Amino acid sequence: MFESGIILSKKRAFLFMLPALAFVTVFLMFPAIWAIYIGLTNEALTGIYGLNHQFVWFDNFIKAFKDPWFLSSLQISFKFVLGSLVGQAGLGLLLALLLNNKTGIVKELISNIVIIAWIVPGVVVAYLWVAFLDKDFGLLNSILGTLGFARVNWFHTLPVGVIIIFNTWRGTAFSMLLFMAALQSIPSSYLETADVIGASGWSKLKDIIIPLIKPQILTDLILLTLWTFNVFTPFILTKGGPAHMTEILPIYTYRVAFMGTCRIGQGAAISTIILLINLTLALIYLKMLKRK
Amino acid sequence: MMSKQRTNLWNNFWVYLILFILVLFFILPMIWLVIAPFSSKASLAVKITLPSLNNFRELFKNKVAMLAFKNSFIISFSSTIIVTITSMLAAYALSRTNFKWRSTLLYALLLFSTVVTGIAAMVPLFVLNLRLGLIDSYLSVIFVFIGGFLPVSIFIIKDFFDAIPKDYEEAAIVAGSTPSQGFFRIILPLSQQGMVVIALYIFMNTWGSFLMPFILLRSVNKYPVSVAIYTFFTQEGLPLLGLLSAYSLLYSIPVVVLYIIINKKYGFGFHGGLKG
Amino acid sequence: MHDVAFEKVTKKFGKVVAVNNISFQVNKGELFTLLGPSGCGKTTTLRLVAGLEIPQSGNIYIKGKNVEQLLPKDRNIGMVFQNYALFPHMNVFDNIAYPLKIRKQPQKEIIHKVTEIAKNLQTEELLSRKPNQISGGQQQRVALGRAMVQEPNVFLFDEPLSNLDAKLRTEARSFLKHIQKEMKTTAIYVTHDQKEAMALSDRIAVLDKGVIMQVGTPKEVYKNPENVFVAGFIGDPPMNLLDCSVKYDHNKIVLDFSQIKLDITSIRDLIRDKVNNEEVVIFGIRPEDIRIEYKDISPNSIKGEVFVVERLGPETIIHVKIGNLILIARDFSEPDINMGDTIWLKIDFNSVHIYKKEDGKIVI
Repeated sequence: MFESGIILSKKRAFLFMLPALAFVTVFLMFPAIWAIYIGLTNEALTGIYGLNHQFVWFDNFIKAFKDPWFLSSLQISFKFVLGSLVGQAGLGLLLALLLNNKTGIVKELISNIVIIAWIVPGVVVAYLWVAFLDKDFGLLNSILGTLGFARVNWFHTLPVGVIIIFNTWRGTAFSMLLFMAALQSIPSSYLETADVIGASGWSKLKDIIIPLIKPQILTDLILLTLWTFNVFTPFILTKGGPAHMTEILPIYTYRVAFMGTCRIGQGAAISTIILLINLTLALIYLKMLKRK
Repeated sequence: MMSKQRTNLWNNFWVYLILFILVLFFILPMIWLVIAPFSSKASLAVKITLPSLNNFRELFKNKVAMLAFKNSFIISFSSTIIVTITSMLAAYALSRTNFKWRSTLLYALLLFSTVVTGIAAMVPLFVLNLRLGLIDSYLSVIFVFIGGFLPVSIFIIKDFFDAIPKDYEEAAIVAGSTPSQGFFRIILPLSQQGMVVIALYIFMNTWGSFLMPFILLRSVNKYPVSVAIYTFFTQEGLPLLGLLSAYSLLYSIPVVVLYIIINKKYGFGFHGGLKG
Repeated sequence: MHDVAFEKVTKKFGKVVAVNNISFQVNKGELFTLLGPSGCGKTTTLRLVAGLEIPQSGNIYIKGKNVEQLLPKDRNIGMVFQNYALFPHMNVFDNIAYPLKIRKQPQKEIIHKVTEIAKNLQTEELLSRKPNQISGGQQQRVALGRAMVQEPNVFLFDEPLSNLDAKLRTEARSFLKHIQKEMKTTAIYVTHDQKEAMALSDRIAVLDKGVIMQVGTPKEVYKNPENVFVAGFIGDPPMNLLDCSVKYDHNKIVLDFSQIKLDITSIRDLIRDKVNNEEVVIFGIRPEDIRIEYKDISPNSIKGEVFVVERLGPETIIHVKIGNLILIARDFSEPDINMGDTIWLKIDFNSVHIYKKEDGKIVI
């Protein structure tokens, strides 16, 4: 049943939607479904299977779950996402709280700096951190050296920590903005009542603020989980090294599909797994949205 | 009363201390970006030397680097323009008509755009473009960007259209317009803000994008700046840090400037869950 | 030839029938009102005339031409929307000029016509302002100007006064009527306000649930409502409508309201063949056709107790309680009565209406 008024006839409405739908179908929806299909083959970009691939059904999936590198990358991704969540949401909330009732230069300056860290292209940010953390010349080590501490090769000593801090630095702005808006939406009368009662800052936070912005905290966490799980930029920073220690799932997928023997079929199977994980997270997110 | 003042001072001290530490955390890594491009003997270190514009001069002479800028512009502009136009048309149809699976379609768009990220789709997208013969062509990257940014753009613009009462179009039609005249003369002028929002959103996101061009492009002369920087840093031999830092700075300037302009004009923040 | 004619027109939205097989004609130069409660189909009917909706069946004629297949732009209609729909990004001049601009009329002509209309509507100083810079009353006149400038076949008004406050409304109402008469253009007017309809219209069509209940001049629908719906809808305060059963007793006919009985033998001839014994009917009498008396002097008068007295200047509205029935009377003598007083009501049997209970149709 198509209800179109005088404003847009049925034919015209269809024509209007066609280009957008065509692009989305071919370059967004179809690839998602095709990933599943390719994952069932042993297609590769090189070698005999490049020319003539066959169906291997669930072989790729089984291989994936048996592959120690796959399992390890899942583990690393898990640590990475968890750390980033704590970092970004934590810092974001902290900044939002501290800057909440301030106006003027301090707030403008600080929030702008945090946002610029988010806006600068990922490649540039990666190399900023390469420079910052460099063992011999990096600013961090120089400062540590001046203060009397030893210089550290951060990439070797704390590989996952490095990408977590890098990702936190990059992405805090989103959480900060989200929480700032959430805090603004709390009627000031609630906090003023608490002040009159004589509540301390900590209890105000615990009993009033946090419960009131809980929906925003949850939506933030789910979105961050989804995005962090899919982020590729650490690749530029560490390429997954040293020795696969920072090989989060996106980097692992890239290695399997596009490096070495370029096993596309295998890569597609892993992509399918990623799609399923994303799907689960997205459904949880959409359910939360509906409840709002 | 005296103790309240003291508590306030004490609280303020901690607040500003924590803020100071946080600011340091965010600023320190950025320092290299503003120092290194202007030093004549750039390294990974932050060393204050006599400022020189040599790096920039060298940079402008580098054909490959400048070409990459052109590529970035081509890819970002094309994606922006095509998405803006197609999303406006689709959003208009979705806003002004109602059909059985409209809400399903909108839900599907939302779902797919959230779930199908670059990482999840990179393998099938590569194979797709391979089969279409588009590997190493701007079109592959542009098409992929279009597919990826259309859903969000449609939602944003549809919201703008929904806010314009249908009465305007009906009044125009009764006054003698054809439906298209109503669209072009009445609706479009009233949705300028929405168009600007999505154009800026797409441009800023595609400008810094790395993964898709990295996977879909092969020749150095097609690389946008993001991939070019990566290539320069990882190729054989020591990277020319002076050039690269200047390059990175120039690369970052357009998006930072755009941000400053938007912030001045519209204020940056979340009003309904979306940037800006 | 009528200016606008509807022949058995039906419009459905999905399963909902908004306009159900209606037919009517509008005479040249008349102001014809579609009146009814919300959801009755009056706005849909208007939109059918404009071409903003297409009927499922039936024929629509404008100046003799069959128009259902014509786009609005080819029907030459001037329409004023309820919220005016003035284009916010254009100034008043461009808004009024829009129909002419779209028809590619020469600029000189446009300027001439628009300024003349603006003068006519007293909106000359507003020409360079934008809609959000002028008041509601001014916006309404600009919307009117935009409709007038086309020199249309028909004016269509969709509740154009409902967004104005009360005082402005009366002014704007008479202004509208004056303009319409001056231009001699046929107009179809939609409203839910029966007072407005009575004041403005040459003829009124009362609608309910997609069906026309009656068409007539204001006087006709007021004096002779053909069914109980129209009887209860037109008139403020509304007609008294009470259920009762008709009892034939030899030569007498009595209306039994259980609390009271009314001998209507005087109008026996009008009823006798149309209503059966013991049949339940609806009795109707307008408040101004009930006279109040302080003593039981007239035969067949009803005794009751004053329940509420509303003094509205020269007019007094008296609610009288009889058992558990209430009758409303209207008196212009500024009577000295108070709540609780005993009072007698004399009914003017020449103005009594009786309606069948099942279908609401008129008996007398």
